[in-house]
Amino acid sequence: MAGASKAVADSRANLPFVYRQYSAEQLKEVLYKMYLIRRFEEGAEESYMRGLIHGTMHLSIGQEASAMGICMPLTEDDQITSTHRGHGHCIAKGAEVKRMFAEFFGKTTGYCKGRGGSMHIADVGKGNLGANGIVGGGIPIAVGAALSSKMMKTGKVVVSFFGDGANNEGAFHEALNMAAVWKLPVIFVCENNGYGMSTSTARSTAVKNIADRASAYSMPGVIVNGNIFSEVAEASHKAVERARAGEGPTLIESKTYRHRGHSKSDRNRYRTKEEIEDWMSNRDPITLFENELREFGFIDDKGIESIRDAVAKEIADGIEFAKASPSPDVRDTANYVYTEQA
Amino acid sequence: MDAMVRELSYAQAIQEAMAIAMDMDERVFLMGEDIGVYGGAFQVTGDLVDRYGADRVLDTPISELGGAGVAVGAAVTGMRPIFEFQFSDFATLAMEQIVNQAAKMRFMLGGEVSVPVVMRFPAGSGTGAAAQHSQSLEAWLGHVPGLKVIQPATPYDAKGMLLAAVADPDPVMIFEHKLLYKAKGPVPEGYYTVPIGKADIRREGRDLTIVATSIMVQKALDAAATLEAEGIDVEVVDLRTIRPMDKQTVIDSVKKTSRMMCVYEAVKTLGIGAEVSAMIAESEAFDYLDAPIVRLGGAETPIPYNPELEKATVPQVPDIISAARDLVKGVR
Repeated sequence: MAGASKAVADSRANLPFVYRQYSAEQLKEVLYKMYLIRRFEEGAEESYMRGLIHGTMHLSIGQEASAMGICMPLTEDDQITSTHRGHGHCIAKGAEVKRMFAEFFGKTTGYCKGRGGSMHIADVGKGNLGANGIVGGGIPIAVGAALSSKMMKTGKVVVSFFGDGANNEGAFHEALNMAAVWKLPVIFVCENNGYGMSTSTARSTAVKNIADRASAYSMPGVIVNGNIFSEVAEASHKAVERARAGEGPTLIESKTYRHRGHSKSDRNRYRTKEEIEDWMSNRDPITLFENELREFGFIDDKGIESIRDAVAKEIADGIEFAKASPSPDVRDTANYVYTEQA
Repeated sequence: MDAMVRELSYAQAIQEAMAIAMDMDERVFLMGEDIGVYGGAFQVTGDLVDRYGADRVLDTPISELGGAGVAVGAAVTGMRPIFEFQFSDFATLAMEQIVNQAAKMRFMLGGEVSVPVVMRFPAGSGTGAAAQHSQSLEAWLGHVPGLKVIQPATPYDAKGMLLAAVADPDPVMIFEHKLLYKAKGPVPEGYYTVPIGKADIRREGRDLTIVATSIMVQKALDAAATLEAEGIDVEVVDLRTIRPMDKQTVIDSVKKTSRMMCVYEAVKTLGIGAEVSAMIAESEAFDYLDAPIVRLGGAETPIPYNPELEKATVPQVPDIISAARDLVKGVR
């Protein structure tokens, strides 16, 4: 990715990583997308409340810096596997929100033509191999994609996003082991939001940090503050470089928090109001990034306002697109079970 | 010009098919437990590692779930993996990736991907390996839309159906009976395919249709030879594919013979015999039936270790003969 020029870079020498690495335009684009994720999920939630979306959904509000930071060094050819809490990953990897809304509305213009919904949102063209309804389900698949990259010498790097809950699944351990044994270009990103549904990591996980698991599989284990975009992006850069150089996988633990409940059924009885309030007020990833951008002179209040307005318009347009799109024909229910052959 | 036909074992036929597939397409590779220098638990991969190298005959750790997931991920991203389970029983460790991921990925993603993975499962009893290494779980996977499930019964079909499976864009599960691995039969050299989804009439007859799968096909043929001497003319239908099932071949056969028996090794209840029987009951062949349908399947027990007990848990040739006799003579 084209970064800041030499002169500009010198003037930013003491700033955190991303402010040295990227241009102002690129960083503003990151802020735009963090807002896009936030507003997309708020829009989806509102549409759900109004009965326009059925089923359930798992919102990642509060985790936007993690999705954006990890995807920052990825190219369009690089691939990701995502989770049930995967809307942010999808947008960060380049998806259009209008087609995501269309999917949530069950429409033919959705990314999965209305067959997948929130939990299986994907954008294969942009390298998102799909969210997954099974905790840990995407981790071995990412390793398989990385094996393809190595065998076909495509140079692609694969990122597997998963939550803290997945670190206690067998699939996680089997996948990390194989990736390390075969030195595959894959990055395991654990977005640790503190709770696997209602069960805290303290009650479920024998190690203090999920990154501690990395030593069992002879790979670097990196802990980042998942709510600070620059920290996440810097760790991702290093892991991507290592993967591209053929040095094998990295486990990144991105410590973060979801502002909302696990899903729409959550009564939030396992965490305190004070805890939630603290994360929302003092550690919101968008606010933290905005403050840094302002402090370092990359944007002013007017610039932020115009980003918010543009995002609001894209969200409103996206919802209208979804509403206006056609529903699939019931007679086509059996489509895509198998590949149509001539 | 006809290809040269040799006698090969079922295992050799599979090995030859995998070699041809790898020669034809560099995306094809093999993965599984101890398939490299060891040659596979049943020596099906044999010395292929010497010809194709350890990258294309890839030994995995003992990680069935992870291994299956890696195969799925590789398939979705452009490779053509053939994943060997050491025993079909170990599919239970990998059901998540087979059932939730491989089978559903294309559908869930609205047709944006295909999952061209082949999984091979050495199945069945008769080796004294007891309850956790002897099961026939094909109906489990046959219950899952999105998968194709096949059970070749001869070396010829084992090669041709494996090559069809590799060419297929969707996940194909191949159940190979372990006792068939040494069975010999004619196999042409070179590339050919046997279509998935087509049953085969192994023996034509007028009095009774036996629908058999896998190793039960040969047992049914052996029984038919004995029954012929008694004047009972048996038609043997080798189902070959259990999903998608070739209903028409079975229906046409039953319309001709007016009697049907299903013979399969898996546990009788809720198995392939139930499906075939119900399919006939729902079809126009029902009106042609002169006698109730008979199912011969595995006992409602795990497979025991003791060889006499083990034999008693699955249909044997005398069981088929006796049941066929009763069915044709109306002793029921």
